[in-house]
Amino acid sequence: MFMPNTVAEQKPREGVRIITFGQAIREALAEEMRRDPSIFIMGEDVAEAGTPFKVLSGLVEEFGTARVIDSPISEAGITGIGVGSAMTGLRPIIDIMFGDFLGIAMDQLFNQAAKVHYMSGGKLKVPLLLRTTLGATRRTAAQHSQSLHAWVSHIPGLKVVLPSTPYDAKGLLKTAIRDDNPVVFFEDKMMYQLKGPVPEGDYTIPFGVADIKRIGTDITIVATSSMVQIALAAADILAQSGISAEIVDPRTTVPLDTATLIASAKKTSRALVVDEGYEQYGITAEIASVIADGAFYYLDAPVKRIGAMNVPVPFSPPLEDMTVPTAISVAKVAQTLCGRV
Amino acid sequence: MLHPKTPDAQSSTVASVHAEATTVDREQWLHMYEQMLKIRIFEEHVNILYTTAKMPGLAHLYSGEEAIAVGVCSALRRDDYITSTHRGHGHCLAKGASVDLMFAELLGKEPGYCKGKGGSMHIADQNTGNLGANAIVAGSTGIATGAAFSSKMRGTDQVTVCFFGDGALGQGLLYEVMNMASLWKLPVIYVCENNLYNEYTHYLETTAGEISARARAFGILTEEIDGQDIRIVYPTMQRLVERARHGEGPAFLLCNTYRYHGHHVGDIQRAYYRAKDEEEQWQSERDPLQLLAKWMTDQQLLDAPTVEQIEHQVRAEIEAGVAFALNAPYPELDEVNQDVYA
Repeated sequence: MFMPNTVAEQKPREGVRIITFGQAIREALAEEMRRDPSIFIMGEDVAEAGTPFKVLSGLVEEFGTARVIDSPISEAGITGIGVGSAMTGLRPIIDIMFGDFLGIAMDQLFNQAAKVHYMSGGKLKVPLLLRTTLGATRRTAAQHSQSLHAWVSHIPGLKVVLPSTPYDAKGLLKTAIRDDNPVVFFEDKMMYQLKGPVPEGDYTIPFGVADIKRIGTDITIVATSSMVQIALAAADILAQSGISAEIVDPRTTVPLDTATLIASAKKTSRALVVDEGYEQYGITAEIASVIADGAFYYLDAPVKRIGAMNVPVPFSPPLEDMTVPTAISVAKVAQTLCGRV
Repeated sequence: MLHPKTPDAQSSTVASVHAEATTVDREQWLHMYEQMLKIRIFEEHVNILYTTAKMPGLAHLYSGEEAIAVGVCSALRRDDYITSTHRGHGHCLAKGASVDLMFAELLGKEPGYCKGKGGSMHIADQNTGNLGANAIVAGSTGIATGAAFSSKMRGTDQVTVCFFGDGALGQGLLYEVMNMASLWKLPVIYVCENNLYNEYTHYLETTAGEISARARAFGILTEEIDGQDIRIVYPTMQRLVERARHGEGPAFLLCNTYRYHGHHVGDIQRAYYRAKDEEEQWQSERDPLQLLAKWMTDQQLLDAPTVEQIEHQVRAEIEAGVAFALNAPYPELDEVNQDVYA
């Protein structure tokens, strides 16, 4: 299927600083809103409160309440307003505080936003960006901790973005804002304080281009969003036992850079897929299938996958910690795949 | 089940008993009559196409409700927006869509408004401001409110009309967006076509309280009118549109009406949910075309030869549209995965 990138890669020209993931998000939003007056942000507590995560702090002071709009707690309603305003000349950014609330907005997202362009024979466009969060271990229990990006990745017509570093967050968010399609952008709420190098000024990262976060030779670990840091930590553990892991971050699940995933698995001959969504029917299954199909004759072991445990996320900290992949659990499976256990 | 409290045609349409004073001239009334007739005859042909297995899918006919689509859309400009429903052929035509491209879409043909990819339940035509019919009953209420939000933010004076039926009153999205439309004084008019039936169930079995009170609770100006009488629908709508255009906020217009056919063409055995007598009474006493024609005749604005001439013209246009669609090609097969992404 032809899925053009509406934004080509644009390299940074200015200086690089160390800032947080949250600051990178805010910077991308502010720069884009300065550039394009048709962009507005709508959501619960997005204005003076700057969201509970304080990611949007300062935006309402610069852009005013006409463009940074506090809404009622009406996820379906604001998503619907986003769809209609996107169809008629605006570029809405809808803030859904927790990914767990996507279910409330779901009809507007998957029956309306995702289908308008196709159902209208290509005449109408929905340049809607929906920002939301994922990730457990914040001790917020079963309705504020899920990673539901597989839901939206299932629906043709939506694009799905999973940044894992401050640099990726800024560049991918700019691409998402400029895309003419509905895009769902997941931010790991535990990662807002993660620091990393981010260029000042404008740059974009195209969708559908995976990033090799660490080069290795013995095993490919495909990791998304919150799991990239886990996979990098696992790679350190593996290095101690002489296993060289390559960490590949798809960065977007739709479109998916199948070529890079397959090429890496062919090179290392082993693959493990790690993601914080529920393991059952999760995106780990889709990615594992892509690798198994594309690299079958090069593989020395079955493709393995690790997702979140198939239980509602428990409140009790020791129980919650059991439900998500950790560096140790990832390293352990990788060692098994490499025949080192 | 057959609802015991089914109101008769008279009692459900008493909210407005007289047409408002208006300055509509003969040409305008004639045009509205012609538009209503076009919808009626269009739907007759949809029925024929469907029952002769030439039209795939589902067909939800608008016959009986024509005064609402035409009365409402006649009060709009071409650049105003509408959103429509699964029972949307009337809205689409009244907003200015052309018959041939509509029939082509209904048959899934390449020249259709959406290249045949949308069909009867999803026709959209951005050139006439139609943001699309929707097969989720309250699904378009968000889109309509968003379009109104957009007009306000872009500083245009466009108005959006959101058409929906009594069935949509059961979905929560409507109340979320009415709340925001009122808070932010958006130029949107919610037009509820109460044709008495949520599919196969009388609305009184599904709808608690008073319908208008739901919109009033949000501080939205609400009016309830006889949706069969275009002489009431049109001037009421003109007033609400002007108000919205001048920044005075949303309105909710409850139009009492009746669906002549079943929920869809295949819904033929209807006796278990509504009586034949009720259908006949609405058709003989409350038909929107007959009501306008009778009034115009009484006022000596219309005579039999003119009626005949209009019908002749409309039938010719529609028959040509049907022939166009029947002869049109299906989309090329490689269209199947085009337009998924912009």
